[in-house]
Formats: sequence, C-alpha cells, structure tokens
Amino acid sequence: MAEVLVLVDQVDGEVKKSTFELLTAARTLGEASAVVVGTPGTTGKVKDALASYGAAKVYAAESDDAAAYLVTPKVDALAAVAGQASPAAVLVSATAEGKEVAGRLAIRLGGGVLVDAVGVNADGSVDQSIFGGAFSVKAKAAKGTPVVSLRPGAVEAEQADGAAAEETVALPAADAATSAKVTGVEPVVGGDRPELTEASIVVSGGRGVGSAEKFEVVEKLADSLGAAVGASRAAVDSGYYPAQFQVGQTGKTVSPQLYVALGISGAIQHRAGMQTSKTIVAVNKDAEAPIFEIADFGVVGDLFDVAPQLTDEVAKRKG
Amino acid sequence: MTNIAVLVKQVPDTYSERKLNESDHTLDRESADAVIDEINERAVEEALKIKEAGEGEVTVLCVGPDRATDAIRKALSMGADKAVHVSDEALQGSDMVATAKVIAGALGKVDGYDLVIAGNEASDGRGGAIPAMLAEILGVPQLTHARELSLEGTTLKVDRETEDGVTHLEANLPAVVSVTEKINEPRYPSFKGIMAAKKKPVETVTVADLGVDAGDLGLPGASSTVLEAAPKPPRAAGERVDDDGDGGVKTAEYLSGQKLI
Ligand SMILES: Cc1cc2nc3c(=O)[nH]c(=O)nc-3n(C[C@H](O)[C@H](O)[C@H](O)COP(=O)(O)OP(=O)(O)OC[C@H]3O[C@@H](n4cnc5c(N)ncnc54)[C@H](O)[C@@H]3O)c2cc1C
Repeated sequence: MAEVLVLVDQVDGEVKKSTFELLTAARTLGEASAVVVGTPGTTGKVKDALASYGAAKVYAAESDDAAAYLVTPKVDALAAVAGQASPAAVLVSATAEGKEVAGRLAIRLGGGVLVDAVGVNADGSVDQSIFGGAFSVKAKAAKGTPVVSLRPGAVEAEQADGAAAEETVALPAADAATSAKVTGVEPVVGGDRPELTEASIVVSGGRGVGSAEKFEVVEKLADSLGAAVGASRAAVDSGYYPAQFQVGQTGKTVSPQLYVALGISGAIQHRAGMQTSKTIVAVNKDAEAPIFEIADFGVVGDLFDVAPQLTDEVAKRKG
Repeated sequence: MTNIAVLVKQVPDTYSERKLNESDHTLDRESADAVIDEINERAVEEALKIKEAGEGEVTVLCVGPDRATDAIRKALSMGADKAVHVSDEALQGSDMVATAKVIAGALGKVDGYDLVIAGNEASDGRGGAIPAMLAEILGVPQLTHARELSLEGTTLKVDRETEDGVTHLEANLPAVVSVTEKINEPRYPSFKGIMAAKKKPVETVTVADLGVDAGDLGLPGASSTVLEAAPKPPRAAGERVDDDGDGGVKTAEYLSGQKLI
C-alpha cells in the first residue's frame, strides 16, 4: 500500500487534534506516515500519540533550525521524505501555515495543490466547500503528487493501532537568504477554552454586545457549553475582542456542531465563515436581522436577557 | 531607494452573489460586481508608507482580465507610481501554481524589486498561499500574515499573526511580505490622486512576454481538476420565537431536543 504523508502539527510535544484528523483521512488513501519536524527530541514526545491514530511510520526530521525558521524547514522535510517514499499524497492542516507549506511543496514537487478540503476520498479526489459553503466541489490533482490541505474539524478523528516505526530524515541547514528567521513567538493563550476551529460548539458575539467588558456574557455562555468564543469583525474592530477570534470571510472558517450568534446581524461576510455549521442559533433584538434567515432556532430579544438565562439553564441541566 | 511591487487582484464583490461557470467550473467573473480586493488596498497603503518614509518606487502588479484596470487605477490613485498588467486569455482557469509562476515572471518586468507586498488572502479563492509560493519560486524569504512591519536599511521585521499566535520574523531584502487586514487603514484616493492616476504608465503584457511555460497555464495546464461542482441548497430559516422572558429557557429546550446539551 502506498504511503500517505501527514505533516504533524504539535506545540511543545503536544499533538494537535487536526493531526489526528489528517492521519484518519490518510488511512482512506493508503498507509499513514507521520512527518515530525521539530527541535531534537520532539519525535520521542509525540510518537505514542501518533501510533494511537494509526501512523505506520514516523519520520523524524529534527534540528535546531527546524523551529528557528518559518515554514521552509517543514517544506524541506516533506520534500525529502516525498523524494524517497513516492507517497500517494501529502496531507497538511489547512491552517495559515499549513496552506503555505502545501503551496510551496506543490511547487517543489511539481504537483497539484488541493486547498482547504473538507473530505478525502479513496480515489484520491477531495471535497471542497467554497464561497463560504455556497458551493460544493469535487477536485483531483491532474499531475504529480497531490498536496492536500484539510480543513481542521472537517473529518472526524478515529483511533487505530499503528506501528509508528521511526525513521530519521536529515534536514538541510536553513539559509537566511531564502528563509525568514523566527526571533520570537507569542503563542495564543487560549486558556481552558477549545481552539476556535476545532471546537464542536462556538459562541460568538457581535457589535450588539456593546463593549469589551460585556463580552463576559458571551464567555460565560461559552464556558457553560464547553465552547470556543468567536466574534464578528465589527466586534473585533470596535476592540471588544481580539482579532484571532474573528469568524468570517477574513477571519476563521468554523464548522461546529452548534454555532450561537449573539448580537450579530449576519452580514454575508460573517456567514461565509460559519454557515456550514450543523446547527445555528441566533439571538438578536431586530426581528429583521438576516442572521435569522439561516438560523435553525432564533430568539428575537435582548441578548443580555436571553444569554444569561440560557447559561443558567445549561448549568442546571448539567446538574 | 526601495523598489516595491504590490500585488493587486480584482475580485468579485463579496456583497454580490458569487457563482461558478456551469461549463468549466471556473469562477464566473461576469456574474458579480468586481472590486479591488480590500486586502490589496492595505498592501498598497503599506507600500506607500515605506516609500514616504524614505525613498522608493511603488509598482502595481496585476494578473487578471482587461477589466482589472479598475483595480489598477484605484491603486495608482492612492499613490502608486506605475503598473504592470498581465492580461492574457491563456490565463483563464489558471490554478495557484500557474498564478504564482506568472507573478514571478511578471516581477522580471519590475526593475530590481527589493520587496513584494501582497494581501494575505484573496476573498474569492482563499488559497492563502500565493505569497509563500512566490517566495519559493523566487528563492527569497517569506514574511507573511504581517500585522506589523518595519524596515530599517535592508532589514525587514514583521509581526506575523495567525491562529498559532504572533511570531516575530526577521530577514534581509529582497523578500516577499503579505499583510493582514489589521496592518493599517488604507487612505482614500484624493481628487488630485485620481487625476494623476490617469497619466501614470500602465504596461500591459501577455504571458509570452514573461518567459512562462504556456503548458502550465489555464485550464489545460492546471495541476488540479474540478470534477464536479454544485451549489448547496440554501439554508432555510428554522423556528423563531420572541423573548417573553423565557427566551433562554426555550433555547435550552431546543438544544436539548437536538441532543446538543
Ligand atoms: C471585504 C470584507 C470582509 C469582511 N470580513 C468579515 C469577517 O471576516 N467577519 C465578519 O464578521 N464581518 C466581516 N465583514 C464585515 C461585515 O460586512 C459586517 O460589517 C459585520 O459582520 C457586522 O458585524 P455585526 O453583525 O457584529 O455588527 P452589526 O451589523 O452592527 O450588527 C449588530 C447586531 O446586533 C443586534 N443587537 C444590538 N444590540 C443587541 C442586544 N442587546 N441584544 C441582541 N441583539 C442586539 C443588532 O440588531 C444588529 O443586528 C467584512 C466586510 C468586508 C467588506
């Protein structure tokens, strides 16, 4: 069976859920091989987790440069492994960095790049959802090794036993003339909340929330549901909530089981980032707000009445 | 003297309905109003700021059909100096790999560029990778998703912001930068700027002028093929209730009925 390479996304030895989704998708195409790119010692920390999601092989591309330069060490590692393993496909997460890795790798391998897939099929084709979910598309690479970026959360991760046989990959030294040096990192401190693109429930607030302080109402509801917090661009631009939580065309695309919109009008650019959610609930005091056109359940009312009451109800039901 | 090339793309206005052509599944660019992609105005703004802080020339680079001249004029009226417009029927249906190669080829028309600035993600394709792919082809550093940028001499520093957080980057020119929508507020063109833009040089070129392999271009050269495309049925509005003091309770009942809580 042909190998399918998966780029491992990890922070300090903790593997992201989206990597398990990649390993699951890889198994529909062939044998899953995980490629770990990191500082020396990283592979040892992540190997067990990769094995439990069916990684048959684990390629260790470790060097001090791996974390000191942007994107290129990952491209170098994948290109090196692809050169020796002739994989059926290469899968990466469709994050900002993953899409860049995929694009550069496609140039190096002379292959096709399939962006932001929501599903991978056994025949090598992928499903995509474009224009904010208004169109579904099935596409296939026409030449070379297909490089696929898979949207986090789109495929459900399933455990499987993998041998996780380790193989070392030599990384070329990074060249500052062709790569940007990383001089510092400030990782997102998400606290205890799930990551926006990985959460099964997202509670978002819009301009209707009115201030940064009052966003607490949104956060409290989110915490009662175990949800991530999102925001509209108007809320971000008004300084109510940080930019990395923006949902929409120029923010994150989310596809959770449940999306709760509080004080969001439902502009087309906001919808583009959330309308593929399974269930949408909206609270807005304007009965004419377009968000109601796509909501499965809508409450016409003041979010400062409805959201706290809902928070209490959820707490009660949890007992 | 910093020579800056700014990539500008004309996209369907997101306020209008976007469609795919039924015949070949490419973007139906006729069906929607076209505007300059908002993110590109921020790229132009950043280039103008660098120019104004020192010395330099700003060249607009645009790959797109004839009517993309509106986007080019907008950038020129903001203050860019000149433009190169790659317009060629052969480009219709080109994928990301081909687009990146054409842009790289067109940069050859910008004498000794030091810096390429693009938007981080187009609102129509959402590939988010063209600037990185361009850096790959050119063999220069990529400093992408910049929410802040500073240039001292030939040292470029960028604060990159993505879902992973903020990464501080540093590299020497020449380099490729992409900017996020948080980088600046683009200026409005002045009346003077609009008038001046009419006289600024726009060089129109075809792919034959760029030394790009035509076999890589358009639908026939695409490295990926769309097999099927279908509009999704629009979402229908569901149940709606007025809050009579029990809106939260009713919502909880709905969610529990859906087994969501
Ligand atoms: C190129 C481009 C890209 C864009 N990208 C994005 C994007 O990524 N994400 C995004 O969100 N937007 C984006 N926008 C902006 C978008 O067009 C809207 O302006 C924005 O989504 C509006 O945010 P909002 O719904 O919070 O604010 P508003 O439209 O002002 O809506 C606020 C809503 O809150 C309701 N409200 C007020 N008070 C209360 C209360 N007490 N209780 C209940 N309801 C209340 C009001 O009735 C109103 O419906 C983009 C726009 C452009 C042009």
